[in-house]
Amino acid sequence: MEKFQKLHGVAAPMPLVNIDTDMIIPKVFLKTIKRSGLGVNLFDEMRYDRDGNEIADFVLNQPKYRNAEILVAGDNFGCGSSREHAPWAIADFGIKCVISTSFADIFFNNCFKNGILPIVLPQEQVDLLMEDAERGENARITVDLEAQEITTSDGRVLPFEVDAFKKHCLLNGLDDIGLTMKNVSAIDAFEAKAQAERPWV
Amino acid sequence: MSPKTLYDKIWDAHVAHESEDGTCLLYIDRHLVHEVTSPQAFEGLRMAGRSVRAPDKTIAVPDHNVPTTLDRAKGIDNEESRIQVDALDTNAKEFGINYYPVSDVRQGIVHIVGPEQGWTLPGMTVVCGDSHTATHGAFGALAHGIGTSEVEHVLATQTLIQKKSKNMKVEITGKLKPGVTPKDVTLAIIGATGTAGGTGYVIEYCGDVIRDMSMEGRMTVCNMAIEGGARAGLIAPDETTFEYVKGRPHAPKAGQFEQAVEYWKTFYTDEGAEFDKVVTLRGEDIQPVVTWGTSPEDVLPITATVPSPEDFTGGKVEAARRALDYMGLTPGQKLTDIEIDTVFIGSCTNGRIEDLRAVAEVVKGKKIKDGMRAMIVPGSGLVRAQAEEEGLADIFKEAGFEWRLAGCSMCLAMNPDQLAPEERCASTSNRNFEGRQGYKGRTHLVSPGMAAAAALTGKLTDVRELM
Ligand code: SF4
Repeated sequence: MEKFQKLHGVAAPMPLVNIDTDMIIPKVFLKTIKRSGLGVNLFDEMRYDRDGNEIADFVLNQPKYRNAEILVAGDNFGCGSSREHAPWAIADFGIKCVISTSFADIFFNNCFKNGILPIVLPQEQVDLLMEDAERGENARITVDLEAQEITTSDGRVLPFEVDAFKKHCLLNGLDDIGLTMKNVSAIDAFEAKAQAERPWV
Repeated sequence: MSPKTLYDKIWDAHVAHESEDGTCLLYIDRHLVHEVTSPQAFEGLRMAGRSVRAPDKTIAVPDHNVPTTLDRAKGIDNEESRIQVDALDTNAKEFGINYYPVSDVRQGIVHIVGPEQGWTLPGMTVVCGDSHTATHGAFGALAHGIGTSEVEHVLATQTLIQKKSKNMKVEITGKLKPGVTPKDVTLAIIGATGTAGGTGYVIEYCGDVIRDMSMEGRMTVCNMAIEGGARAGLIAPDETTFEYVKGRPHAPKAGQFEQAVEYWKTFYTDEGAEFDKVVTLRGEDIQPVVTWGTSPEDVLPITATVPSPEDFTGGKVEAARRALDYMGLTPGQKLTDIEIDTVFIGSCTNGRIEDLRAVAEVVKGKKIKDGMRAMIVPGSGLVRAQAEEEGLADIFKEAGFEWRLAGCSMCLAMNPDQLAPEERCASTSNRNFEGRQGYKGRTHLVSPGMAAAAALTGKLTDVRELM
């Protein structure tokens, strides 16, 4: 997995609440058996018309947001299905950080597995960043994971929380399975004990 | 010992390892797999030279992509769908996991097959790369959806890296009125809490209304816990649960069964255990409901009128405006005046035998409206067989319904069962998101009885008027 350390980039504003996984990546694109290549279909139904032409006023189609690396979004981002295609599409587009007042649980977890940092902030701070994002390329935002700080374009510093273990994995690009395998003896022991207690499992 | 919730107890019984910061390795008893969210996980195993740690605890079934038309033995036309189903076939064989192929009568929607075959048992941990894994919580099993990276992690290690969620209690007191079903209950809960109301929590559903429900009804309630944002929904196991489980192919056999029941009976919330959040609804207050918008929280009693964006506050104003535009509805319009083109009855929410019985009760001896497209897609091949045996299938066919083979079908329309743009559907599924049932398709979520009523009248209809 790619490391996430510090990011300085354009943020795209998507103030809509309850942006669900079907909006992020419609199901027609779930038929792939690969992880890559989904970026062109990110937000597909909002981004293209039926004939495949770009809808000009959709945020990521505007020239100033084409290279956005941060998304500032409305409440409850990523609700809906468990499809990891959602973070795959976001990452493949080039977005590495999503900021909102809240995220759906599974989506939130899936982000970390794919080198994306989801950040939860209180409403006023998201509003502040949303304003920044609306200024496009003129207002780059800095996200520093090590320091757990976001710096707005005019130099305001907003601290954020992140789970220590997830931070460690993201900073170092660590693969979960490899880490878990180090505890294989604990899993063996648990399995033996469970087998004795609940043999029907 | 301090009192524990049901969730606390299942959690504690499955922690295989805990780090200093509270991150746990949670042991997984059952891992269900379907074709859409697993190919990349198996590929990952292959690339790393890993095997499936517990193939006997891993169960795979294709459901999302499979055609449900009667001629499906001829194969899948859509190439990408076929590749996904073929990939599951190959992976199941290569890694030696339990498998129900399309040709097997036991095939069906993964969340219907698991309980039906007795894979899902009380006190277990159950995961699947699918958010509606919450369904299995009806058995008092901690069950939730995971992403594909986590699918790979469970395949390789039989554990998940987890932090504990908070405890939430949703109590439904009293009794339901006639015509009000578990689907109305679960939608009413989401209407009350919002789609983010359960975020960060595991919900325990309790109260007399839940106690009085069958296992099928409880599965319908837990199925939509995810639509309320919760990681999982749980119902404490009781005699109804044990009775349902008994004798199923993978349930504990005689002798061991009694031992298992003794163990399962320890899974309940202790007197005095603390919940971080409590929501209480009166069963008598719940009415037959329908969704008007594009989020499952957009729910109203069938007797209501379409709301206006100004009825909301904050970000929801814009979301409601967008939803009304998408759904082609006008504020103030009566919900019962909304005309329907298609009726879909099925899905892991309402594709079980009781749901089909409820439909039959409404449509028996009647005909669906002229020009109506109405399909019934049983949740599994066994549900289909049972419905045929009970004579329900004949009632459906005589009424004019298409009687399909098992699969997810128009719940998410990955197979050919899709809505055309602006086509309007009364659906017993669980999501009314934009495009969910087809590009620009319009979905109204309802109970099986209400879907049946809409098929007869051609409009959203209060099922109580047909009873
Ligand atoms: S029936 Fe619908 S919700 Fe259930 S597993 Fe299939 S697609 Fe998902």
